[in-house]
Amino acid sequence: MSNAITLPLVASSNVTERENKRSAHEMFVETAKLTSEETSDSRAAREAELANKMRRRRERVSSLVHATVPALVGFALFVLVWQFLAQINNQIPSPAKVWAAAVKLFSDPFYSKGPNDQGIGWNILSSLKRVGMGFGLAALVGIPLGFMIGRFTFLNRMTAPIIAILRPVSPLAWLPIGLLVFKAANPAAIWVIFICSIWPMIINTSVGVQRIPQDYLNVARVLNLSEWKIFTKILFPAVLPYMLTGVKLSIGVAWLVIVAAEMLTGGVGIGFWLWDEWNNLVVEHIIVAIFVIGIVGLLLEQLLTRIAARFEFNEKS
Amino acid sequence: MNHNFHLVVDNVEKRFDTKQGDFLAIRDINLRVNRGEFVALIGHSGCGKSTLLNLLAGLSLPSNGVLVCAGREVKGPGPDRGVVFQNHSLLPWLTCFDNVYLAVERVFGGKEPKAKLKERTEDALKLVGLSHAIHKHPNEISGGMKQRVGIARALAIEPAVLLLDEPFGALDALTRAHLQDELLRIVAETKSTVVMVTHDVDEAVLLSDRIVMMTNGPAATIGEILDVKLARPRDRLALAEDSNYHHYRKAVVEFLYAKHKKAA
Ligand SMILES: Nc1ncnc2c1ncn2[C@@H]1O[C@H](COP(=O)(O)OP(=O)(O)OP(=O)(O)O)[C@@H](O)[C@H]1O
Ligand SMILES: [Mg+2]
Repeated sequence: MSNAITLPLVASSNVTERENKRSAHEMFVETAKLTSEETSDSRAAREAELANKMRRRRERVSSLVHATVPALVGFALFVLVWQFLAQINNQIPSPAKVWAAAVKLFSDPFYSKGPNDQGIGWNILSSLKRVGMGFGLAALVGIPLGFMIGRFTFLNRMTAPIIAILRPVSPLAWLPIGLLVFKAANPAAIWVIFICSIWPMIINTSVGVQRIPQDYLNVARVLNLSEWKIFTKILFPAVLPYMLTGVKLSIGVAWLVIVAAEMLTGGVGIGFWLWDEWNNLVVEHIIVAIFVIGIVGLLLEQLLTRIAARFEFNEKS
Repeated sequence: MNHNFHLVVDNVEKRFDTKQGDFLAIRDINLRVNRGEFVALIGHSGCGKSTLLNLLAGLSLPSNGVLVCAGREVKGPGPDRGVVFQNHSLLPWLTCFDNVYLAVERVFGGKEPKAKLKERTEDALKLVGLSHAIHKHPNEISGGMKQRVGIARALAIEPAVLLLDEPFGALDALTRAHLQDELLRIVAETKSTVVMVTHDVDEAVLLSDRIVMMTNGPAATIGEILDVKLARPRDRLALAEDSNYHHYRKAVVEFLYAKHKKAA
């Protein structure tokens, strides 16, 4: 959901920025050309082109306005409703109070007063670290596994029922197993992240392998390519977009789950911090935490969307 | 089996397992192709031309009968048989150059230095008139250009047998004529054996030594085989005046539109 709102915003502002730079340069060239002698005909043509360019720019600016204004209105309404709710229920802190709390928290994000009282920056970082480790391990195991499951029907039939049963299980259900095996909170949390992010990677990668158009494989067969060439020149590039979709889904789930896992395990981390603030009844901090979690999650997804877009190839046309 | 024939198709039949059950696409196909011969396969859409070509390529295996290439039974595809696919089948993540290079490297790698492989690739693309688009990706070029890259890829590996599935179908008349001439020249030079699927009567007569005409599917088979005894090298301008040319042309048109008219 959040993607749908922010993506066009980010994209269009980027484009206009680039366009502005480009056309500033072009206008310079344009004026330079205009001063040199020219027939009135070509000058008229140039002026028309320039006018055209200006009009296109205006259109672009207006499309940017069309994209931003509704978002701003949405935010304003959101804050208004929040303010209203805060007024009728005084347990809910007002937007202003939360803002003040956030400013204070972020003015010193990296203090450390013992294991249970650390700056918000440390909390975010340690959550990210856990996600990174669990997620990285899941990629290390899940992607090769996905390739093999996609390539070998036997393996696919062998693993399909197990995956089908285990995938719908809430990742938190695995936490006790993690605690039992690792006897510590931190590896148990990483274990939970590993479990929840591995499914989308396995499934998307294997589906990607199965969906490789027969035409591409026929090319490989006609040329009698080696397995290594087939992998690097055909399988891997063809599967990459699917794989990255899996990775993107995983990071979303992993970030959802880490908060819950940390609430249960304790230690340093944004989820634990949120729970701690609940115990201390500092409600404005809870709301700050909610926003922080949302924004970090959004950034993670955006990052991966960007990476995925780089590897997208155009099959059609 | 006679070893003098380059390609032998013996009583071949191909069935497909479909959702509606068993589908007999082609049956009783018998064909012998000499070394260096140019054979055109012509027939209405859906009669099984691609099916037969894929069998020759080794991309699929016959349900009955045998195919032999250079004295060996066809059990799978190999680089001795270059294939130009009906739908170009370029790899979209590779540039035109890399698409061709992949094939060149497979066949000549190890034997020749890198510079030579690069030269072969560039020559093949130059041959089809694509030197200017060499570093473009398939999605950046037109359908006809893609088809030409596909042709370059097949030609670059200098296969003994060239299997072409409507290679010029997507091209405009001018490019098509140019590439037909190029193909004639290349084949005369390399002495490759060619089997080419086409819809185009003029193309079939202009290029081939024999035209294999297929009946309509399902259960299609070879209806007639026409020997085209026109002297080579052939010149399209001179042929336009040639009464023999028109005679052959008429024979094919009659087969397609009088004897085996497609029920539309
Ligand atoms: N893999 C397949 N599975 C089922 N049926 C198939 C398969 N491939 C081809 N057919 C059927 O076999 C018949 C012949 O197909 P084929 O592609 O060889 O025709 P074609 O002569 O090449 O036609 P066109 O000129 O349109 O390319 C068609 O009826 C087609 O539906
Ligand atoms: Mg076909």
